[in-house]
Amino acid sequence: MFDLDKWQEITAALKKNKLRTILTGLGVMFGILILVTLLGIGRGFQNNIQSSLGNFATNSTVFWVEKTTKAYKGLPRNRSYQFTNDDLEVLKRSIPELQDIAPDINGWSGNATNNTFREDKKGNFRIKGTSPEMNNVNPVEVTAGRFINQNDLKEFRKVITIGPRVQELMFEKDEDPIGQYLKVNGIYFRIIGTIKPLSRNMGMRDDVLQMPFTTLQQLYNQGDKFRVFLATAKVGESVADLEDKIFEILARRHSIHPDDRQAIGNFNIAKMFNKIFGLFNSIGFLFWVIGFGVLLTGIIGVSNIMHVVVKERTKELGIKRAIGARPREVVGQIINEAVFLTTFAGFWGLVLGVLIVEGIGKMTEGDPNPQILNPYVDINVAFIALGVLVLFGVLAGLLPAQRAIRIKPVDALRYE
Amino acid sequence: MIRLQNIHKSYITGTNKLHVLKGIDLHIKEGELVSIMGSSGSGKSTLLNILGLLDNHDEGVYTLNQEEIKAMSETKAAKLRNNLLGFVFQSFNLISFKNAMENVALPLYYQKVARKKRNKTALEYLDKMGLKDWAEHMPNELSGGQKQRVAIARSIITQPKIILADEPTGALDSATSVEVMNLLKEINQSGITVIIVTHENDIAHMTDRIINLKDGRIESIIENNKINSKETIRVPQE
Ligand SMILES: Nc1ncnc2c1ncn2[C@@H]1O[C@H](COP(=O)(O)OP(=O)(O)O)[C@@H](O)[C@H]1O
Ligand SMILES: [Mg+2]
Repeated sequence: MFDLDKWQEITAALKKNKLRTILTGLGVMFGILILVTLLGIGRGFQNNIQSSLGNFATNSTVFWVEKTTKAYKGLPRNRSYQFTNDDLEVLKRSIPELQDIAPDINGWSGNATNNTFREDKKGNFRIKGTSPEMNNVNPVEVTAGRFINQNDLKEFRKVITIGPRVQELMFEKDEDPIGQYLKVNGIYFRIIGTIKPLSRNMGMRDDVLQMPFTTLQQLYNQGDKFRVFLATAKVGESVADLEDKIFEILARRHSIHPDDRQAIGNFNIAKMFNKIFGLFNSIGFLFWVIGFGVLLTGIIGVSNIMHVVVKERTKELGIKRAIGARPREVVGQIINEAVFLTTFAGFWGLVLGVLIVEGIGKMTEGDPNPQILNPYVDINVAFIALGVLVLFGVLAGLLPAQRAIRIKPVDALRYE
Repeated sequence: MIRLQNIHKSYITGTNKLHVLKGIDLHIKEGELVSIMGSSGSGKSTLLNILGLLDNHDEGVYTLNQEEIKAMSETKAAKLRNNLLGFVFQSFNLISFKNAMENVALPLYYQKVARKKRNKTALEYLDKMGLKDWAEHMPNELSGGQKQRVAIARSIITQPKIILADEPTGALDSATSVEVMNLLKEINQSGITVIIVTHENDIAHMTDRIINLKDGRIESIIENNKINSKETIRVPQE
């Protein structure tokens, strides 16, 4: 396969027109480079959105209290109300399509002053009331100990799970936080688990402190009331239908006019997910289109240079044919050059593209709120791109090569 | 070796048709040293190119080495050119980015001869031409005479049956021309048929037979001994 003569032919031909060769090579190189970089960054975008959505249940909906906008059953409009723990029980009992329902209660964060203390350490953390159901909707990963269970809820236990940032700030590296106590808003809580958020939705962050939502209600004198809850539909059930049923029952229980949809805030998260995924696909598609366009420009450049090179070397090819070069050898030589040029330039474009994408990855690594997360080049995609390029390199060489052997040797020899 | 019967060739340029060869009948035997003479534009190169399979004739029968040459694939033609024919051109037609040895070796490359072996053979042929010390030189470092000797070495490296030379001395001074002609004569003496196109009388007179072309027809054929015994019908004066 490797043949010093072929090699010499290739390099001599390409060297003869250094500037044009370099420019064409750069065209191909940038084509691959831009394609690879775009795809890598696109992947980074996608990773970022996916990680912020995390394992958040996609078939979910969120409800929150608003004020009534219609008078009903002798009650005035513009009336406030709150959901109750009994609502949860009733909804669970009466809607078979309902998979999980979980109040989302945020604790007082201390107005940006420190709300959590331990020995000489202090910090300002995000306090959330949670439940085992919540962990199905907006899940966390338990890294040590356990998550909050039904008994914790029933008995209003003063137990918490802590996020990684809390552990980092409140404990030394070699300390085991499980079983230790934190003083949160003046009350001591026992740590039963350490967790890591699997999404960044609904205020979930690394600096979270989770306690049973019943404990949170009691400590903040909220009785059995809450203002926001999340619900998921069973697999295959429509989230919109679920929303209708939940609204109907809640409206009845809180004396809300059956047409007063504005009295209960509601957002279909499933719909938003679908929109985001749609966006993904169109961004990905756009990147492919741009990358491919740039690549195509490079290929046109190669075929252009091959055209010129063949034309300039008509006489040389004529000499070779006079002394015995067969059409196969003439065509082969030209294609070798085209393939060499595209592969060589494409390879460096690939290498540079991978380096750039890795550089972007390094730069965004420490960013707590990144736009791009773990961008990387799918090596398969990169090689497919390179393969396409080489294929087009062959085609780019083929046309001028055909022309080179179509003319008679005598005409080629006469060409100046 | 070569037999032409009523060969015609025309060139079509735009709407004009130029009838260049108007019925050539010719027989060249193996081992002959022949020159084709005629004024510029008389069709000498056209005839030689047809003989060399670099161009095709329109009409007539061309038999080369007992084989009739008709429309054939370019692959077949390339093979015949490689095995049977050797070319020497006025403008040398060396490949500029290859050194003398590589230029001489190139025909063997198309015969798939291994690199070492063909370079060794090329050196032997260069040695015969008195150019051994110039093997590594590029064409642009050689004089005209040296270039033509490299080209001659290249034309005979495949041990062809026929050498076709189109004005081989046309770009050389007279002393060098004689050197080159002596080389071609030597080659002829080794048994290879040599056909030389020229418009120079003294070059033609160094061959065994002169074929005079005029206006696309053979005007006269003169045997060398008749030239010398002055029984010539007519020798074109340049
Ligand atoms: N490829 C061609 N196309 C058109 N005309 C040509 C071509 N080759 C040669 N001719 C013409 O044919 C005539 C004979 O050319 P050529 O055989 O080269 O003459 P010579 O070699 O005897 O000088 C000339 O008039 C020349 O212009
Ligand atoms: Mg001529």
